[in-house]
Amino acid sequence: MESKIYTPAEAMADIQDGAHIAAHIWGLAGTPLYLLRALIERGVKDLTLYCSTFLPTSLKLTEMGFSSPVDLLPQLQKLVSPFVGSRAFGNFGGDFLDQRVRNGELEIEATTHGVLASRLHAGATSLGGFYSPIGTGTIIERGKEKRIIDGQEYLLEKPIRPDVGLIKADRADRLGNLVYRGTGRGINPLIAMASRLTIVEVFEIVEVGELDPETVITPGIYVDRIVKIPEADINSKKQRRETVRRLFKENQNSEGKN
Amino acid sequence: MKERLSEELLAMRVVKDLQPGDYCNLGLGTPQLCASYMPESVKVHTENGAIGYGPLLSCANPEMVDPDLMDAGGKYFSPAPGMSLFDILTSFAIIRSGRLTTILGGLQVSVKGDLAIHTLSEADEYPQIGGAMDLAWGAKRVLITMSHNTKRGAPKILKELSLPVSARGCVDTIFTDLAVIKVTPQGLLLQEYAPGWTISEIQALTGAPLSVADNVREIEF
Repeated sequence: MESKIYTPAEAMADIQDGAHIAAHIWGLAGTPLYLLRALIERGVKDLTLYCSTFLPTSLKLTEMGFSSPVDLLPQLQKLVSPFVGSRAFGNFGGDFLDQRVRNGELEIEATTHGVLASRLHAGATSLGGFYSPIGTGTIIERGKEKRIIDGQEYLLEKPIRPDVGLIKADRADRLGNLVYRGTGRGINPLIAMASRLTIVEVFEIVEVGELDPETVITPGIYVDRIVKIPEADINSKKQRRETVRRLFKENQNSEGKN
Repeated sequence: MKERLSEELLAMRVVKDLQPGDYCNLGLGTPQLCASYMPESVKVHTENGAIGYGPLLSCANPEMVDPDLMDAGGKYFSPAPGMSLFDILTSFAIIRSGRLTTILGGLQVSVKGDLAIHTLSEADEYPQIGGAMDLAWGAKRVLITMSHNTKRGAPKILKELSLPVSARGCVDTIFTDLAVIKVTPQGLLLQEYAPGWTISEIQALTGAPLSVADNVREIEF
């Protein structure tokens, strides 16, 4: 069997301009910042990005070497996210996002966390769509078919089938079976199930048989490429924990407002 | 000028409304302050996938910070016995199951219990819906904390919303810095008022008619 273990550059090598990409982005927990850095370096353009939140990594953390999801902004054509930070786009200047949207260079589609999760699940289970009660009469109903079922109003929501899913897990075995940790699970298992190609970053790769199958959340059949974060990288388990604790001591309890 | 309730007092009052055994989700802003007053018998849920976690950590104990234990607002929390962890599909199934009491901040509430929680009217504003539409739609009860008036003094409780709606007919009770007001099929019912304020003063600062509960009383904490 061919190895699923890749370097970040190898894992990104065949991602094309115009690709649809999904990523869990929500603080540091479960966010594949190591892979996002590689995607930024790959430099592909006109991407559509589906993500939980679209917010910058805090300045202190980026100074320490963490990447920031918003650095992908120049590479995006469309952004689908429940939560888009508008004013805090440090490197780009305050009105960078405004200008791109006004010039028609970036389309932003509003959704909710629950709808995004259900749309990925619909993609994963090959549904043609589903009727959702969330957001009727609000801005998210724009352009959607409306239907009354048993007296309740619903909106037709379409499935999401990303070309590429970028996810993070705590540990993988060589088959790609994944174990998550804490709130780092997030939307990662759904992205793995919905995406045509799933790339995971992990702190540790173990031998087959070392993971307790009862604790595996994402079966390896969904995982195409595994990238191990090197110990020397700021994203490694030890360095990430020590950096966060050091900054936490200096600041208040927050790593970035979501 | 008479004093309005502080955010802390408001948080203390909302928490008194919770019952032992309740599961509760706290939105951003004042609702987050409720965490400090939460009785042990109430379990807190966070959208990114946990229920029953322990207190938020303070700068005094940085060695306890675990970057994988973070709430939806980006705050690090401590683990607690009985905590459970899950993915976001499960988290939002829980949110829509009618099992959670949701405490949300609000920008406006109407007589019918319509809720506005986002500003989206300006061309340069971006969606910051997060999970609020799901939370407002599917909760057992939706409790709103907000200031009674805007900084410019305009009422936030109105006959009809002037801001875009986030969820219709969802609000159960409004807790403001002046009053506790229940949304009923017959309209808004003033149940409690802040110390030192009269009912007519509160009515004058409200953009919709209030009826007054038989047992109307001063807010206690």
